[in-house]
Amino acid sequence: MAQLEHSQEMGMHTEQLRGRTQQTFFSPIEDENFTYPWAYEVNFNKRAELDASDMSATEINLKLRDLMKSGHGTIVLKNPRARHGVAVGILNKLNLIVEGSLGYFGCGLVDGPNIRISGRVGWSCAENMMAGTVVIEKNAGSTFGAAMRGGDLVCKGDVGARAGIDMKGGTLIIGGRAGAFCGFMMQRGRMVILGDAGINLGDSMYDGTIYVGGKIADLGVDAVPAEMTDLDKAWLDRKLSQYGLKTPNGVGKMQKIVAGKQLWNYDNLEPTEKKLVL
Amino acid sequence: MALNKVTAKTANKAGGESEDIDHFLKTEGLDSNREKEIGQHIGYRYDVNLVPDYDRLTPFLKTYMETMGWDDLNWLEDVHMGYEEHRAAVFDRNINGWVTVPEDMELPNNQQDRDMIARELLIKFQMSKRHPMVDLRKAYAKFD
Repeated sequence: MAQLEHSQEMGMHTEQLRGRTQQTFFSPIEDENFTYPWAYEVNFNKRAELDASDMSATEINLKLRDLMKSGHGTIVLKNPRARHGVAVGILNKLNLIVEGSLGYFGCGLVDGPNIRISGRVGWSCAENMMAGTVVIEKNAGSTFGAAMRGGDLVCKGDVGARAGIDMKGGTLIIGGRAGAFCGFMMQRGRMVILGDAGINLGDSMYDGTIYVGGKIADLGVDAVPAEMTDLDKAWLDRKLSQYGLKTPNGVGKMQKIVAGKQLWNYDNLEPTEKKLVL
Repeated sequence: MALNKVTAKTANKAGGESEDIDHFLKTEGLDSNREKEIGQHIGYRYDVNLVPDYDRLTPFLKTYMETMGWDDLNWLEDVHMGYEEHRAAVFDRNINGWVTVPEDMELPNNQQDRDMIARELLIKFQMSKRHPMVDLRKAYAKFD
């Protein structure tokens, strides 16, 4: 209630939004700032260790916030014991090293940090990720990187079904195999699968690109093969080398999948089942 | 050299069916049947499959990557220069609106260079203390 009153005092419920151009807010020659105005000033060389053995997920997240507030730029999180919802909502630059595994929704809603996890992760890891890097050394569950918007999300092992569902940007790299319906309703960004991909890959994708190093069980509706360019190959070489990953047959032999873009006009076809026309 | 060749080819594609990179600055930009039907250019889908050419990074973007501890452009890889109402602009996901490129800024004749300018401009905007999100955060944030 207090928040509502505060926002009304600031005029946010009476302001009329006109047009879409926002240039009046901003001058491109003003002082340069490389982090969000509200971000904590942290030093990567200032390191802290956090033993989470007896802490709840909420306590862990609040402690991470306190450590960033006191300028710690490198935090080692020990014994997370696969708790759910750990390391979420970090809107700061940070090196976070997780020694162990995370449960569901780990590293969700992050914007900026570099996170390395030595174990496994459960469902929906890095959901809605905005920026930064998240690297998982072992396997990940279903809906890996759901709705992610930016950043690099890397699983060096296998992932479950629907990785990158509703993906709106960023790069999702899977070192092993991927389950069914990966890239479902993908709208932007790039997904790299170095192993085999399950059935219905890229089903109903609107845009974005999927690269596959292994076999594709089946393409989904409106997902079509495309030609690899030199820029694609250079980008893949560069990106995979950053994470020490390789595709067995070289990037030149990877398959590139994009949207056929027939669904862009789907609203015209609504009276008809889309599968009748595609 | 091969990269530049591909870049130029894709840049043309990024400007629509036209070979002219300024197509959207000179015309209405209503090219597809869908755009003609709705009377509006579908403005933010500029060749999202165009991956960035890192040789064209601006000094500002290099410093930004070093500051954040990233080896690459990270989320900015998806940011491309678009066009709104005959003006070059970059789309800001946080405000769900366009930030127009200053009129006096000269645009290079290459989509990759234009994209780098857009990325730099977007960072300067999003990290500005005058970004609308700063006020929204004051109003709605649960934590300090």
